[in-house]
Amino acid sequence: MLETLRDIYAVVWVDLKYLSRNLAKTLALTLIAPVLYLLAFGYGLGRGANIEGFSYIEFVIPGILALTAMTTAFNTSGLKLHVDRLFYKCFDETLMSPVSAFSIIMGKTLIGVLRGLLSSAALLLACLVFSPLPAVSLMFPLSLVLTCFVFSFLGVIVALLAKTHQDMTLFMSLVILPMSFLSGTFFSLSQIPEALSIVLSLSPLTHACLCLRASALGQAFPWFSFLILTVFGVVFFILCFAALKRSRK
Amino acid sequence: MDEIIAIRNLTKTYKDVRAVQELNLNVNHGEIFGFLGPNGAGKTTTIRVLTTLAKPSSGSVWVSGFDVAKEPDKVKKVIGVVQQHLTLDLDLNVRENMELHARLHHISSSDRKQRIAELLEYVGLTKQSEKMVEELSGGMKKAAMIARALIHKPKVLFLDEPTVGLDVQTRRRIWDLIRSLSGNGTTIFLTTHYIEEAEALCQRVGIVNEGRLIALGQPSELRKTVGMATVEILVDGKFTRYEHFPDREAATHYVQSLSSDAKTIIIRDSSLEDVFVELTGKKVDED
Repeated sequence: MLETLRDIYAVVWVDLKYLSRNLAKTLALTLIAPVLYLLAFGYGLGRGANIEGFSYIEFVIPGILALTAMTTAFNTSGLKLHVDRLFYKCFDETLMSPVSAFSIIMGKTLIGVLRGLLSSAALLLACLVFSPLPAVSLMFPLSLVLTCFVFSFLGVIVALLAKTHQDMTLFMSLVILPMSFLSGTFFSLSQIPEALSIVLSLSPLTHACLCLRASALGQAFPWFSFLILTVFGVVFFILCFAALKRSRK
Repeated sequence: MDEIIAIRNLTKTYKDVRAVQELNLNVNHGEIFGFLGPNGAGKTTTIRVLTTLAKPSSGSVWVSGFDVAKEPDKVKKVIGVVQQHLTLDLDLNVRENMELHARLHHISSSDRKQRIAELLEYVGLTKQSEKMVEELSGGMKKAAMIARALIHKPKVLFLDEPTVGLDVQTRRRIWDLIRSLSGNGTTIFLTTHYIEEAEALCQRVGIVNEGRLIALGQPSELRKTVGMATVEILVDGKFTRYEHFPDREAATHYVQSLSSDAKTIIIRDSSLEDVFVELTGKKVDED
């Protein structure tokens, strides 16, 4: 047990080193997009609008938080691992060390979770300037952590399977980007046709948004969505092992 | 048991390509063993199997008594690997690269600092320890990779083309380093497509071509199989003909018997290159 923790720390250590060296820059970079969304959609487009009994800005902040958690967690664990594996080739060194598959996967995932949480926290602070969230419950931080884990695992999977840089960008354009706009981040799923909302319920980000929004605005907590999000996490975690096995050929 | 590496009927197939075919090989404790062959002969693939990065398609491989397919974690503890391409983390400096490796190999925090300092001193990189990898020369990068591979005191060190792309002086420095490691009891398994490297360093050489081991033995033994002396004759100023003889005397005798229209004639010691050409009909560095 203690050995596993030490191994996980050894794997995450290198990324922590990198993060601490570039903390200000990375935080600033990850905040640009969400702050732009907040200004454009929250203040520009949605000014004066009301959704589900809340002002649009209140409604959209949890969505942008979910979006930020997703992209930061995915990009952090995915892109660095992808570069380490295909370009620096230093991931081979980790594979040739006596560190277990579990420790490698957890180490590579945790850095994404950590940065996802850091960026979300920074954004949350920025949001409070615009509009306080009315009724934050305990499920809010829990949902946020779960969201980071889900997308960090996903980043690890894609980074381990990508054969080229193009594979990685293709996945981001075809899956991550559509998901970020369509998963109820900027609009209520009750406003769209039922057929489409069924399709969107296949996106983990949809459930992340529902959980975060409900726990921030004091709505009834969508336990079913929380469960689905957990299932996504477990499935992605298992797929990480399969992907790691495949990368050893 | 004298061998530290035992390879039995190893075959490794990638899709339709048989990169390594029916390889049988022993490497003894403490020796410098060289795997010599042209690019694409299956040298790197063999190293990838020996170092647990690839699984054998069939056959078995033991390193230090452990089966690489069944007990990879035990194998990883006793091997050090220096890959052909740069595998340092470019976002870290030299010392941090060493520290990462030490952590991954469970070197306790009390030993870590001292071990890193010793090894950087050993490979002559003490002054570069705080430099980022990109600031190092090619030779320094290789030296850093060797230092890193030694941090957990491996019994076997694998070096895949250790001096490819390095200038002559740096190459000799790396050779000295390899000899000094061998002097300390580390078994060295290296691959190379440089004839001089195999001849200068290795106690035994395995020559590989198209995935198959075609010759195995001490460099001098292998040279004996073609003849210790070689005569090169430039024919019509266009191509070179090679003739091999048991010794220089026989070679000289032959040269004297040649008609005078052969203008450029060289008598020299046979090399492993001649062995390779004799066996395959092509040169080692021919692609």
